[in-house]
Amino acid sequence: MSERPRKIEITDPVEITVDGQTVTAQSGELLIEACERAGAYVPRFCYHPRMEPVGMCRMCLVEVDTGRGPALQPSCMLPVTPGMAVDTTGEKVAKAQDGVLEFLLANHPLDCPVCDKGGECPLQDQTVAYGPGESRFVEEKRHYTKPIPISETVYLDRERCILCDRCTRFAKEVAGDPLIHFAERGAQTEVATFPGEPFSSYFSGNTVQICPVGALTAKPYRFKARPWDLEESESTCTGCSVGCRVTVQSSRNEVLRFQGVDSDPVNWSWLCDKGRFGFEAGNSEDRLGEPLLRDGGELRPARWSDALTAAASALKGADADRVAVLGGARLTNEGQLAWARLAKSVVGTDHVDAQLGDGLPAEVVLDLPGATIDEVCAPGGTVLYLGPDPKEELPVLHLRLRHAAVNDRVKIVSVSPVATGLSEFAAADVHPRPGETAVLVAALFGGDVPSDGVAGVPAEQVLAARELLSGAQDLKVVVGRQNLAESAAVMVDAVAAVRAAVPTATFLPALRRANVRGALEAGLAPGRLPGRATLEAPGSWKDAWGSLPKSVGRDAEGILTAAAAGRIDVLVLLGADPLSDFPDRDLAAKALDAAGTVISVDPFVNASAARAADVVLAAAAFGEVAGTTTSLEGRVTTLAQQVTPPGTARADWLLAVELADRLGTDTKVATAEDLWAQMVEGSAAHAGASTEALADEANVDGVLLALDGSGFTAPAATQVPPQNSYSLRLVVNRSLYDHGTLLSHCPSSAPLSREATLVLGPADAESIAVTTGSPVKVTAQRATITAVATVVDSVPRGTAVLHHNLADADADGVDPGRIVIAGEPVTEIRVEAG
Amino acid sequence: MPEGAATPELARVTSRWAVDGSHTIDGYRSSGSYAGYESIKAALDMTPDQVSGLVKDATVLGRGGAGFPAGVKWGFCPPGVWPRYLVVNGDESEPGTYKDRILMERDPHQLIEGCLIAAYAIGVAQVFLYVRGEMAHAQERIAAALNEAYAAGLVGKNILGTDFSVDIVLHWGAGAYIVGEETALIESLEGNRGMPRLKPPFFPAAKGLYMAPTIVNNVETLANLPWLVAHGVDEYRSVGTEASPGTRLIALSGHVNTPGVFEVPQGTTTFRELFESEQYGGGIRDGHHLKMFIPGGASAPWFFPEQVDLPLEGRVIGGEGSMLGSGAIVVMDETTDAVKACLRVVRFFARESCGKCAPCREGTTWEEKILQRILDGHGRPSDLDLLLDVADNISPGPYPTAAHPDAGLEAVPFPPRQTTICPLGPSSVAPITSAIRRFRPEFEAKITKRDSIPVSAAPAAPAPTPTAQGHH
Amino acid sequence: MARFSAANEQLARSIVSRYPLPKSATIPLCHLAQEQDGHLTDDAMGHIAELVGCTAAEVLGTASFYEMFKRHETGTYCVNVCTNISCLLLGGEELLEHAEQKLGVRPGGTTADGMFTLEDVECIAACTEAPALQVNYRYFHQITTDEFDQLVDDLRAGKLADEIPPHGTLGKVRQEIPADKVANITPPEQQTEPVWIARHRLAAEAAAPAEGGES
Repeated sequence: MSERPRKIEITDPVEITVDGQTVTAQSGELLIEACERAGAYVPRFCYHPRMEPVGMCRMCLVEVDTGRGPALQPSCMLPVTPGMAVDTTGEKVAKAQDGVLEFLLANHPLDCPVCDKGGECPLQDQTVAYGPGESRFVEEKRHYTKPIPISETVYLDRERCILCDRCTRFAKEVAGDPLIHFAERGAQTEVATFPGEPFSSYFSGNTVQICPVGALTAKPYRFKARPWDLEESESTCTGCSVGCRVTVQSSRNEVLRFQGVDSDPVNWSWLCDKGRFGFEAGNSEDRLGEPLLRDGGELRPARWSDALTAAASALKGADADRVAVLGGARLTNEGQLAWARLAKSVVGTDHVDAQLGDGLPAEVVLDLPGATIDEVCAPGGTVLYLGPDPKEELPVLHLRLRHAAVNDRVKIVSVSPVATGLSEFAAADVHPRPGETAVLVAALFGGDVPSDGVAGVPAEQVLAARELLSGAQDLKVVVGRQNLAESAAVMVDAVAAVRAAVPTATFLPALRRANVRGALEAGLAPGRLPGRATLEAPGSWKDAWGSLPKSVGRDAEGILTAAAAGRIDVLVLLGADPLSDFPDRDLAAKALDAAGTVISVDPFVNASAARAADVVLAAAAFGEVAGTTTSLEGRVTTLAQQVTPPGTARADWLLAVELADRLGTDTKVATAEDLWAQMVEGSAAHAGASTEALADEANVDGVLLALDGSGFTAPAATQVPPQNSYSLRLVVNRSLYDHGTLLSHCPSSAPLSREATLVLGPADAESIAVTTGSPVKVTAQRATITAVATVVDSVPRGTAVLHHNLADADADGVDPGRIVIAGEPVTEIRVEAG
Repeated sequence: MPEGAATPELARVTSRWAVDGSHTIDGYRSSGSYAGYESIKAALDMTPDQVSGLVKDATVLGRGGAGFPAGVKWGFCPPGVWPRYLVVNGDESEPGTYKDRILMERDPHQLIEGCLIAAYAIGVAQVFLYVRGEMAHAQERIAAALNEAYAAGLVGKNILGTDFSVDIVLHWGAGAYIVGEETALIESLEGNRGMPRLKPPFFPAAKGLYMAPTIVNNVETLANLPWLVAHGVDEYRSVGTEASPGTRLIALSGHVNTPGVFEVPQGTTTFRELFESEQYGGGIRDGHHLKMFIPGGASAPWFFPEQVDLPLEGRVIGGEGSMLGSGAIVVMDETTDAVKACLRVVRFFARESCGKCAPCREGTTWEEKILQRILDGHGRPSDLDLLLDVADNISPGPYPTAAHPDAGLEAVPFPPRQTTICPLGPSSVAPITSAIRRFRPEFEAKITKRDSIPVSAAPAAPAPTPTAQGHH
Repeated sequence: MARFSAANEQLARSIVSRYPLPKSATIPLCHLAQEQDGHLTDDAMGHIAELVGCTAAEVLGTASFYEMFKRHETGTYCVNVCTNISCLLLGGEELLEHAEQKLGVRPGGTTADGMFTLEDVECIAACTEAPALQVNYRYFHQITTDEFDQLVDDLRAGKLADEIPPHGTLGKVRQEIPADKVANITPPEQQTEPVWIARHRLAAEAAAPAEGGES
């Protein structure tokens, strides 16, 4: 399942003998892997292919002869050497393995009938297959209180634990959060957390998946199902844009669990907890099972025919230039194409933006030469990181980067306004003043460095980072939005600065919404058409779609500004919640209030819809629609339909096709595959990603789109006013656990969001005489808000941080959306003790 | 009561044991079988390779247990890889072993000078002197000696005005037998749980402390170096045998009239001589006779009266089914309950198992539980075979044992095989196979008759005059 | 129940500075904390984690492996009676039984007055002096039951207070490394070939240029 044997390319072959057969192995690979590929699966508990071997459980003992006579050796610790002769099944091996199994069972409780792991338990499976029928251990077994919570979501049953070190190794080696550890000694050894410090890792759920017994269980799945009752299919997590492969498991038409799949180019079997437990949202009682129509100020259930008629007539009656579509990044590729066509061809508006002022222009994502995750993490490489905190926004990318830096000598030069999860292991970690990233990036590649530094970064740090970048032959750049209180243009300028210095650099866009890349590839952005075509150069789409918009439309900021000014008659929210997501909440609220008909296509009634929607079309959610998705690196993978949507909720693509039909256009689409076939046919970049290709076993990890973008041209540099010495520049960050619509409907994850505070560095805090916990007043151009201060060392002087979407949209909370003004290059604030 | 060497000529590492104030720098310089801190001066006049050559030519065997030649061990450091570390194993904990503590308490400068000589030869810039946690007095003596040596310019920067500089840091443990195993010692020194690493790939000489080349030497091994440098290879080899030259310290405990720690020639002295000579053990406790003895610490398979004429020579003892180990000989007379003695040693290993690998963690505690059950009168006839099979799953195949001519059984040579990471688990098998093979009827009697031989209710002879202290 | 006092924190930092990597100081710092508070408190472990750069869970993992670290209050004096093989043969178990009766506690227990914690311990390296025991890791050799009673009485009366510090303090002498005498303590990756080794290597290479030598 999760630990499928890895395919490897043998570049340095050695011949060994496994059970009498000559086998070609890769020099230096571990014997346990070579044996497995040769068809001699060696049982194991502690060994995990994605972690350092420890040789602790001793289950994988085999008899190895390297010329000095046969000896029992743990095959997980032994690299193959030429001529090695291995016996995996002989009498001595069987006796040793049986002995180990008996030792592991000695203190293991016989509670398989009530254990969640029963039915998928390696220890149980081994015992049933090879173990003794009866126990020789008549002594009293070890006893512990069971189970104990070690975090909000994970429980530990120490009686079942066989001390394989998988969870503890994962915490330290992979997640970098060593909050669980072995404690005590010998037969009393146990896995423990420190009193008062739970295993609060964003990655804790992985320990449940890799536990070879039922010692670790996850709250969302405990006692929910037996493995043999689960139906499953492989799919892709849409919690963010990394594209982690998962197995979606369900029982009685309810998704109950995600398990990470070891996709070699992507997630290596790991998932973040937000993604792993994100399926809970789909099972929420708040899911829409039928469309809604506003009636006397209230949204009330309606018949589909009425809802679709209402939506269609609003669209039909409006001037195309007064229709706008926001969102679409959470849809499947097929849904995106269907909606792109509906908007741009059937309705004829180009006021379409899948992003909500929190992303990057389409040309940065599509028109730069691309880099894959594997390329960014290739051993020995150099990475310039200009993205958001990956631990908070793209957690599994963070794990890959961590592995690259810690294990594979990848030098990461991290540039961000405040410290991130990368700071711990980045080769250089510099924090320019908000708004001045491009200035700093330019200085990293040359030019004079003034003695007082560049963009607030001390000169010696600039030079040290420059030194790291100077030898980089094959520079990889990760770029995204680091600060929602500065305009996207700041990051575009930074990209231009890199391009000017290193024309061969390749780029990985680090945008977080699940299928944002797919949306841009489908044309859900102003001026864009599917397959990287544009209105100026529409290619075959003109023929395929017929009419196209006359001129380039507005982006999200423009759409909301126009709406607020009363110039939008129909606003479609395609799984979008601008009130929560657009950085300038004030503008979003005005726009929603002033827009004509607001149509929300969503699995939930989100905050924006509750405020302003006239029509809510109940949409199917993850696991309820088959199709494809596109990850941040441009990898197209399949999404499985595992359950049916609640009530009569419908797939997004189907809604677009039906509306097109009601607007008089026959899109000739009967299935999602039809849509994808149109995409593959019309886009050279998608040529290899046909439905047939995706079904091919060789493409088990999906198909990469062509990453040969070349159309990016640097715009004129944004002018950032000098910082007022009495004010602080604001950074608005995202957190993994925020108040997003889906997360709010996950009972396990929703309580994990942190308290919204204003985060300051120690020097600035001291200058206004506040400490952690002090009330502060934050004054910006538009408004003054009150907050509680948190003082941390990692925020540089002159900068302050608020977190996006941690406060309730309607409450009078610590909401940066009340002070950030869309379009301003930076946001300056004054903070005083309050 | 006797201790140290039988004659002054034999006193190499024990030459200052009886000297008042020998633990001070002045005492060290002014007494003993060589002049203190003159050897490091002599070594500094040689090249590092010459000093290593001296140790190699003399065949200084490791005194910690494995008996591996120190000079050869030093040579395993990969060339040109820096830094190298020297870690002194002063975590003496093997039951029956008592020698390193006296060396550290009574002659700490001898050990420090040994460290300097080794550091100079190997190319070590930092030495860690790891002293067992429970040895407060030894820690005090070494701390004081190091403070004196730093002040005198003998340790630290530019030693004796040369370009040789080395720091020696006193580090102390906190109570874990397994830390005496060299890779566990390194883990402990890194601030971790003292759990052994797998060899391969973690041979300390290549990947030791902080994954750098590391030499781990026992206290007694290093304590021999100043004498060796002062007296030379020929004199070093003038006692002992070709394969095991020089002297070594033996702790003789249990049922002898005069237990003690003795410096004896390696290879030539026999167990009988040790047990019976007035200079050493003074005979088996009066009125009693030898039942069995442990020749090299609790990890060693037991010997019996048939083996008393064997010499203290590692290879010979290995061939006869046991080991000389840490030089700890425990003598047991006929009053000893073999089952109880066996349980006590097994219990030790069960308590001290680090818990890293399953066969040791689960196997040793299981063994202990079965033996306790037998001793408590709840044994089953099948328990002995079960015990032996559990033991076989920790250490597969014929386990090293002494010959038992009366039963027509031949010796099985050392070392044992293991399904475990380190030798601790297999060590728990030593008392089980030793005792059951030789004294099966005693076990059976416990199971069938629930009979019990009284254990050492009181010493047969009045104990030697007790002195309620351990400070010297 | 405390973090390190200012003076002990200073001492702790100087101990950390003796190691190439700070984590190596974990065990010495746990001893220092135990010296300060008599046992190892959670707060101290948290403070140690900060000083050596790891998580408190990792400090707990290390500390709980070792018997000498007590994570609960102990008596002023820990009386550790050896019952391992050499002592067993010469009355170690009987001595332990006597100690249980004299102190009125089982091994692991602490007397009601908080003076004594009795423990049944493994070999303490005094095998030729059996039966042996330790009080706060100070040795008492060849102890008879009468001597044991006397020892307990003396400890209760405070007669051995100078010789035996309260539980937690190990060596009363600390190693001090004067700053100007420190040879070369830096992280391993900053270490290079020692100068005397380089000198001899260069001399050997000059003498026999064809050989090359180790490098």
